[in-house]
Amino acid sequence: MSALGHVAAGGGSAAQVKLEKPRKKWLPYLLLLPGGLWLIIFFAVPSVQLFATSLYDPNGSLEEGYAMTWQFGNYPDAVSAYLPQFGRSIGYAALTTLFSLLLGYPLAYAIALKSGRWKNILLICVIAPFFTTFLIRTLAWKVILSDNGTVVSVLNALHVPLPDGRLLATTPAVIAGLVYNFLPFMVLPLYASLEKLDPRLIEAAGDLYARPVARFTRVVLPLSMPGVVAGTLLTFIPAAGDYINAELLGTSRQYMIGNVIQSKFLKVGDYPAAAALSFTLMAAILVLVFVYVRRAGTDEVL
Amino acid sequence: MVHRLRRFAADHWVLAIALIVLLYLFVPIGVVAAMSFREARNNAPYTLDNFKFTLDNWKHPFGVPGIQEAFLLSVTIALVATVGATILGTLMSFALARHSFRGRGATNTLIFLPMATPEIVMGSSLLALFVASGVPLGFWTVVIAHIMFCLSFVVVTVKARLAGLDPRLREAAMDLYADERQTFMRVTLPLVMPGIVAAALLSFSLSFDDFIVTNFNSGTSVTFPMFVWGASQRGIPAQINVIGTAMFLVSFLIVLIGQLPRLRRRAR
Amino acid sequence: MIEQQHGASGADLRLDGVTKRFGAFTAVDDLTLTVPRGSFFALLGASGCGKTTTLRMIAGLEEPTAGRVLLGDRDVTPLRPYKRPVNTVFQSYALFPHLTVADNVAFGLRRRGVKKYADQVEQMLHLVEMDGFGKRKPSQLSGGQQQRVALARALINQPQVLLLDEPLGALDLKLRRQMQVELKRIQTEVGITFVHVTHDQEEAMTMADTVAVMNAGRIEQLGAPVEMYDFPGTAFVANFLGQSNLFAGDVRGRSGADLLVEAYGGRYTVPAARARATGGTVWLGVRPEKMHLTTQAVPDGHQSVTGIITDSSYTGVSTQYLVRAPWGDELTVFVPNSGVAAPLAVASEVTAYWRPEHAFLLPRPAGETHAPVAAREEVTA
Repeated sequence: MSALGHVAAGGGSAAQVKLEKPRKKWLPYLLLLPGGLWLIIFFAVPSVQLFATSLYDPNGSLEEGYAMTWQFGNYPDAVSAYLPQFGRSIGYAALTTLFSLLLGYPLAYAIALKSGRWKNILLICVIAPFFTTFLIRTLAWKVILSDNGTVVSVLNALHVPLPDGRLLATTPAVIAGLVYNFLPFMVLPLYASLEKLDPRLIEAAGDLYARPVARFTRVVLPLSMPGVVAGTLLTFIPAAGDYINAELLGTSRQYMIGNVIQSKFLKVGDYPAAAALSFTLMAAILVLVFVYVRRAGTDEVL
Repeated sequence: MVHRLRRFAADHWVLAIALIVLLYLFVPIGVVAAMSFREARNNAPYTLDNFKFTLDNWKHPFGVPGIQEAFLLSVTIALVATVGATILGTLMSFALARHSFRGRGATNTLIFLPMATPEIVMGSSLLALFVASGVPLGFWTVVIAHIMFCLSFVVVTVKARLAGLDPRLREAAMDLYADERQTFMRVTLPLVMPGIVAAALLSFSLSFDDFIVTNFNSGTSVTFPMFVWGASQRGIPAQINVIGTAMFLVSFLIVLIGQLPRLRRRAR
Repeated sequence: MIEQQHGASGADLRLDGVTKRFGAFTAVDDLTLTVPRGSFFALLGASGCGKTTTLRMIAGLEEPTAGRVLLGDRDVTPLRPYKRPVNTVFQSYALFPHLTVADNVAFGLRRRGVKKYADQVEQMLHLVEMDGFGKRKPSQLSGGQQQRVALARALINQPQVLLLDEPLGALDLKLRRQMQVELKRIQTEVGITFVHVTHDQEEAMTMADTVAVMNAGRIEQLGAPVEMYDFPGTAFVANFLGQSNLFAGDVRGRSGADLLVEAYGGRYTVPAARARATGGTVWLGVRPEKMHLTTQAVPDGHQSVTGIITDSSYTGVSTQYLVRAPWGDELTVFVPNSGVAAPLAVASEVTAYWRPEHAFLLPRPAGETHAPVAAREEVTA
C-alpha cells in the first residue's frame, strides 16, 4: 500500500484538494537546464557537426575552408583505406576486454566476498593506479617490457619464442598496456554487483548439491551479469578509441584507428576523412553496445 | 593434513589470483617510483639499466623548464572542471531521481551517450565545433570539454546515492517541522554528500589525467599529461616520475584518511 | 510534567468523509470518524486495507482526494506536514543516520526555533529509558532502542496527535510484548492522543481504548476491544479479531427473549440481545474458547454439535482441537490444559457444547455459506 502511495505521490495529481503551495512542475526542467544545455551544445551539436564535417569536400583545407558537397564517398574511401586499423581497434579492444574480465573477475570476487576487513584497503589498491598519470604508467610499461628488461630475460631463459626476440613494439605489448590501463574499469562494476550478492545464496546452492563449478556458473555468474555488462562496456569503449598504447608500446604495425584519426586531425589536417573515421568508429561502437546489451538481457547498464 | 592443505587451497586460490592481479596493477607504479630516484641526465634513455640512486629529483621536482607551469595548469583546469561538473551534474541527478517529467528517457540517453563515446571522437568533434565557430583554443576550451565528459559520471554517481535514500527520512523531517528548504539542508544534502564528494574526486582525477580530449582542444596550452607526452617524444626527465609518485602517494593518503572512520567503526 | 499540560489542551481528531483514490484504486473510501482527545486509538487491518494511507493523510504526507481532516474545529487538510501539530513514529523508524540520537530527538524543536532544548531532550530520553545514549548514532542501536528513540523524537514536540505506523513490526515477539506495555504506560503518562496502525489484532487489543477494524478502505466496526471481541459486528470482524466458529443458519422465530435459529438441520437459540440480525439468513457464531468438549452427556442449559476430532495441537496453555461437524465444516475448540480432563484422541467421536448466551448472531448475505476468512499471514509493506 505504501508502495502504491509513493507511485502516486510521484505522479502528483493534486485534483480536488488545494495545497498551500502548488507542486512545481517546472522544477525538474530548471534543474536539468544547465547540464542538459551543456551536453547538447558541447556533445550533441559537435556530434552533428562532426557528421557534417565528414561529408565535406575532401579537396578543401583548414586554411581555405571546406565546402559541403554531401560527399558520402568519404566513408567508403576512409574505411577501405584504413580497414586494418579498424580491424585492430575492434580486435585489440575485444582481446583487452576478454583478458580484463579473466583477470578482473577473480579480483572483484575476492574483494567482494573473501576479503573481510581488508575490503576497503583492497578497493583503494584497485583505484590507486588511477592517480599516477595514465601516460606515466604507460611509459613505465615501456621500461618493464624493454629489450634488456627482466620480463624479456625471463621469457628468453624459458625459451619462449618472441618475435625478433623482443616484447616492446609488439602486439602483446600493446594489449598488455591496454589491459593494464582499463582493468580498474572492469573491476569496479564487477565489484559493485558482486558485493550485493548474498553469500547465503552460494551456500544454498551448495546445500542443493551444486558443485563449486555449478555454484559459479548457475548462481554467481548470472547474478553478477549487470556488473559483467557494465564492466565490459567500460573497458571495450575506451580501449577501441585508444591510441596511446599503440603509439608508446607498439609501432605503426600496431596502429589502431585512434592513431589515424589523431594524426589526420592534428598533423595532416584532413578533416573530412578524419571525421568520417570518427563517426564510423562511434557508430560501430554504438551498434555493438546495443546489440550486446540486448543480448545480455539487462538494462541496468547505468 | 593433506586433506586440510587441499581444503585450504580450494578456499584460497581465488584470493591468490587476486593478489597476483593486484601485483600486476602495482608493478608499473613501483617502476615509476624507482625511476624517480634515478640519477640521469635529461635525455638519458628511459630504462632502469645502470641504476644510480639519487634524491636530487625529489629535491627539485619542478627542476625542468615547463613542468611547473604544466602541473599548475592541470590542477587549475581540474579544479574548475570539477566544480562545474559537480554542480551541473548534481542538479541533473536530483531532477532524474526525484521528479517524473516528460523527456526523461531522452535525458538519460543524453547522459549515457558521452560515456559510450570514445574520447577521440568527443575530442575531435569538439575541435570541429570550436574551429567552425571560431572559438580560440586554450584554457577555456579545455575546461568546457572536461566539464562535458565529467558530467555524465557525476550524474551516475550522485543519482545512485539519491536512489539509495529512504524516502521516509524526508517525510520524517517534514513531519518534524522542517519545511522544504530545511529538509533539503538538514537531511537530504548531508545524506547525499558522500556521493557528491565521490563524484567530485572522480571528476578531478578524470580531468587531471585526461590526455586525448585535451590534446585536441588545448591549442598552445600545455597540461601536465601533454607535457609528459611531449617529453616521451624527446626524452623523459626524472622529475615526471617524482610528480607521478607524489600524486599517487598524496591521493592514496587522502582516500585512506577518508576511509579511517569507517575502518575504526568496523574494528569496534 | 510538561506533556500533561499539553495533553489537556489537545483536541479531538476528526475525519470527515475522507477518501483517497490512486488512479482507479480506492484506498480509503468515505471515512468518517472521531478520535477523542487523549485516547489510544488503533486502526487494525490486513495490508492493503487503507490503514496506512489513512495515517499518512492525518500526517499530511498524502492529500485526500476528498474530505477533511480536523483537529478540534480547525481544518488541517490543506496544511503541509510541517505545519501540523501531529507527529509520526515511522515504520522502521526513519531515524536520520547522519545525526546522533540527541540530535535526532532535538530535530523538531530546533526546526521550530526552540533554543534551549538540551534539558527536554534529556527528559525525553529518560522517559523512553534511553538515558546516556544521546551521543550514539542510530546505526549503533538495536531495533528496540531505535524504536524508543523514534518515539522520543516524535513525543518531544508535544503533538496533539501522535501517529504510530506499525511501530513494533520490526521487533521480535518478546520485545514487542514488552514495548506494548511500555507504549501504553507512556501514553497514559503523557496523555497525548495516540493513533496506532497495526495488522496485529493482539497488539491492538492489548493497547488501545478503541479499535477500528478496517477492510477495503472502510471501517468494518469500531469500539472497545472487549465489546468487539465479545460481540463482533460482522463476520469479517468475528474472524479478524480472534477466531470464530460460524454456522450458516436462518432465523425461524422467537421464544421470549431468545431467537430460534436453524442451521444444518440443528436447532439453536441465541438471546435477542446478542443478535445483530433478528430475521432472515444469519451467521451463528461461537468463539473457540467458549466451546467445550465431552464424550458423555451434554450438561443442562447447553447446546451442542457432535463430530469427529480430526486434529489436535498442543500449545502449552491449551490444546486446540479441530472437530469435523456432520455438514463437513471443521470447528475449532480451545480446551485449557487445567489437568481436569484427559486429552482426547484424534478420530474419536466427541460433542462440542456451549451456553446459548455465549453465542452471537450476525447478518449473512443470502447465498453466502462460507464465512469470510481474513488474510492473516501478511507481508508488511
